[in-house]
Amino acid sequence: MSYLPHTPEQVASMLRTIGAPSLEALFAGIPGGDRLHRPLELPGPMGEIALSGLADAVAVRNRSARDLACFLGAGAYDHFIPAVVDALAGRAEFVTAYTPYQAEASQGSLQAFFEFQTLICQLTGMDVTNASLYEGSSAVAEAIMMSLSGSDRDGPVLMSPYLHPHHGEVARTCLANLGTKIETIPSASDRIDLACLGSRVSESTPCVVVQHPNILGNLEEVHEISRLCKEKGALFIVCYNPVSLGVLGRPGDYGADIAVAEGQGLGSPLAYGGPYLGLLSCRSALMRKIPGRLVGQTVDRRGKKCWVLALQTREQHIRREKATSNICTNQGLYALRAAVHLAALGPAGLRETALACMSKARETVEHLRAAGAGEPLVEHPWFHEFVLRLPPSSPTADRVVEMMVEKGFLAGFPLGRWYAGRERDLLVAVTEKRTSAEIASFAESLGRLARGV
Amino acid sequence: MDKNQSAGLLFEIGQPGRRCHAIAEASGVDAAAMIPGRFLAESPPPLPELSELDIVRHFTNLSTLNMAIDCNFYPLGSCTMKYNPKRHERLVGSHRFAEQHPLQPDSTCQGTLGVLHEMERMLAEIAGLDACSLQPSAGAQGELTSLLVAAAWFRHRGVARSKVLIPDSAHGTNPASAALAGFQAVGVKSTAEGLVDMEDFAAKLDDDVAVFMITNPNTLGLFEPNIRRIADMVHARGGLVYLDGANMNAILGIARPGDFGADMMHFNVHKTFTGPHGAGGPGSGPIAVRAMLEPFLPMPRILAGSDGTFGLDENRPLSIGRVRSFHGNIGVILRGYFYIRTLGAEGLANVSRHAVLNARYLRSLLAGLIEIPGPDNGLHEFVASARNLRREKRVSAMDIAKRLLDHGFHSPTIYFPLVVPEALMMEPTETESPETLEAFAKALGTILAEDPEILRQAPHSLPISRPDEVKATKEPVLRWKAD
Repeated sequence: MSYLPHTPEQVASMLRTIGAPSLEALFAGIPGGDRLHRPLELPGPMGEIALSGLADAVAVRNRSARDLACFLGAGAYDHFIPAVVDALAGRAEFVTAYTPYQAEASQGSLQAFFEFQTLICQLTGMDVTNASLYEGSSAVAEAIMMSLSGSDRDGPVLMSPYLHPHHGEVARTCLANLGTKIETIPSASDRIDLACLGSRVSESTPCVVVQHPNILGNLEEVHEISRLCKEKGALFIVCYNPVSLGVLGRPGDYGADIAVAEGQGLGSPLAYGGPYLGLLSCRSALMRKIPGRLVGQTVDRRGKKCWVLALQTREQHIRREKATSNICTNQGLYALRAAVHLAALGPAGLRETALACMSKARETVEHLRAAGAGEPLVEHPWFHEFVLRLPPSSPTADRVVEMMVEKGFLAGFPLGRWYAGRERDLLVAVTEKRTSAEIASFAESLGRLARGV
Repeated sequence: MDKNQSAGLLFEIGQPGRRCHAIAEASGVDAAAMIPGRFLAESPPPLPELSELDIVRHFTNLSTLNMAIDCNFYPLGSCTMKYNPKRHERLVGSHRFAEQHPLQPDSTCQGTLGVLHEMERMLAEIAGLDACSLQPSAGAQGELTSLLVAAAWFRHRGVARSKVLIPDSAHGTNPASAALAGFQAVGVKSTAEGLVDMEDFAAKLDDDVAVFMITNPNTLGLFEPNIRRIADMVHARGGLVYLDGANMNAILGIARPGDFGADMMHFNVHKTFTGPHGAGGPGSGPIAVRAMLEPFLPMPRILAGSDGTFGLDENRPLSIGRVRSFHGNIGVILRGYFYIRTLGAEGLANVSRHAVLNARYLRSLLAGLIEIPGPDNGLHEFVASARNLRREKRVSAMDIAKRLLDHGFHSPTIYFPLVVPEALMMEPTETESPETLEAFAKALGTILAEDPEILRQAPHSLPISRPDEVKATKEPVLRWKAD
């Protein structure tokens, strides 16, 4: 099988035009010693029928969030994606286009990205949004880089202990050779200790990075954190959950300087972790430090409103080693998916999604309590995810997750993998997709396992 | 019909109270009963309010304003805009791939993990290197990841090195990645053909050079004849050679970077292995390295057990750490996997043979029409120059590019590489037929015979013509606002 259109006669005729005796002769420019003189060791070719069979054989060794009712979140959530998202973002004119460098041939994508930028500004209350980054963790790392660029603040970046651990690890990887340290703000209460933050943030702090709702599902006192940052002139970087903004206050309204997010909940399938969508927005004052592509409005030579890539002098193809970031290819198609998703939800649909997540999560908490599955740690205000502390009679959370697969559930994330000493804590997320029957059955199964019966 | 006007902006077509997606179960749920008021918004975000048909018509009309591989020949140099097989879309759409949570127990992902492990081995074989990481989200992140791996390798051995040498014909991501990895980017001159200027290279190579980054074949489609000597010289000084794999479509199964001296490289799955480009992504930029660098690769690593099972390993003390959340752009990697499995070894070599055949054929067809500097033994792409046309007729590369759009052809890459004035860089890829290439050549011939004024005003038949890019940057309007 191949996707080559050439007939043997055409190949022969083309070679005659070129003046080459054979296809092999086309590679005469490669020194013989640099050539590979054997076939690659790869499995043999296959037609579409055999390939479909291969894919099926792989798929049966997988189980999905459709096979197993999903109460697992921890940074990726099983939200419903309306069919219009797949239908529209799946159009070949969007899927098979290149980066819109030629504006005249790309107005469809450019306008859609401008609308995406606007929708995310409306969602967050921020002034400027770029045309996407890879995913949530690199968005956090890029936000930190923005805070360091041109800053004379030489203290450590202050980071919440309840930021998604992947975000923190990626930031550490990216800063490894750049001379800036990251300090985690100590806390023992499953949310930021404001007194401790207040004592650490100083005139040398470039930024404070906080996730709200945090990785344990708890809400942070963002107004107070914002005030503490402003007092010392440190930039406040918040990592938000886009779906939560159906009910929670917006980053722009509580004073965030840079708002970043994993945008997966806006129309990206779970897809075993990617492609996802990195969201980054900021205040106007930081506009020229923003990484990656920006689409701007302008007029054409006839005065007609249109869209182009803007402020490209920040970018690597112009600025090279002085660019604000090295990003080139971003997540264009997934920004489009998010735009269609937000358009389909609208303000009321987004609010209903958030409310349904919250009420179903609370329904789950009630059922878990009634089933004797342990103690949900919900003393702080929280959104749609919570820690379930399994009773002493229970196997560890790691084991419980494995055993719950057999009962038909993705039960949650065993927190001991991220926080030493929390081997009995299970992080449980509930989305609008879960039914009352699934919730009841989940609690009952988990209760039985936890009680050891 | 002017579809651009009929579409309007999403924000200009709604009505307060109009709905599309709704969740009836949420009615009557009171947020204030669950969360203290200080956390709540007074009202939901001011998003547009639209019907499903509003949305469908809007985005469908927008889509028709794009050129795309499925509609047009797209000879963008360095971008490898080949056909994206439909079968991949169907296969990755299965819920057993599309609806897997990244933190599911490994026991429930054995199919995917096995495929990813096999993909790593296949890419290592194509690269002629030993180990592979599928983590990086795109080519630029592959570069950065590799340079971080190199930095960690030097640090582990107690060697301090501060410089990365980069030919000035390289993509801008190379120096940008070097700076982010904490290195000083040092430019090396190129010859007129974009090859490494050996004299300048030798002068700049010293014991402080950590990595030499090279794109081979280069951005003019030429294989670097001195690559082995260059690699030997870098190695003799204790440095590493990095290959930017943007142009791998030219040498699949023909030559392997590991065999000609590279110690590490990235692939662009969205170019070489035909992940659709999506108007700017997602990409996927796996890296391959020599065995000595393997302990430093990012986490997690995929482990194959002796019992035929697979798992994710995060216990890697020498690893540079995590470069992104979860495990990579899996959807793109799966498409690349299905592509390689479809073609096999001979099929991949045929990709490169026909990619080069098409480029050389197109070059022959254009040779009488426009200046094509540089030798004619290039591979998958070539660069034409409009410098004579600019001087004689005041017609620029930009004018030609814009006029080609009127003929239904996407323009070549223009003004890159910088070593060729008025550059038009063309990469036809292997999936185009000779008839298409002939039609393109004919169109170019017609264009070059036209009144230059027509070219300067082009395009004439597209929704817009010659946007004011200076205005877009001087008076940036980056979002819609209500009047």
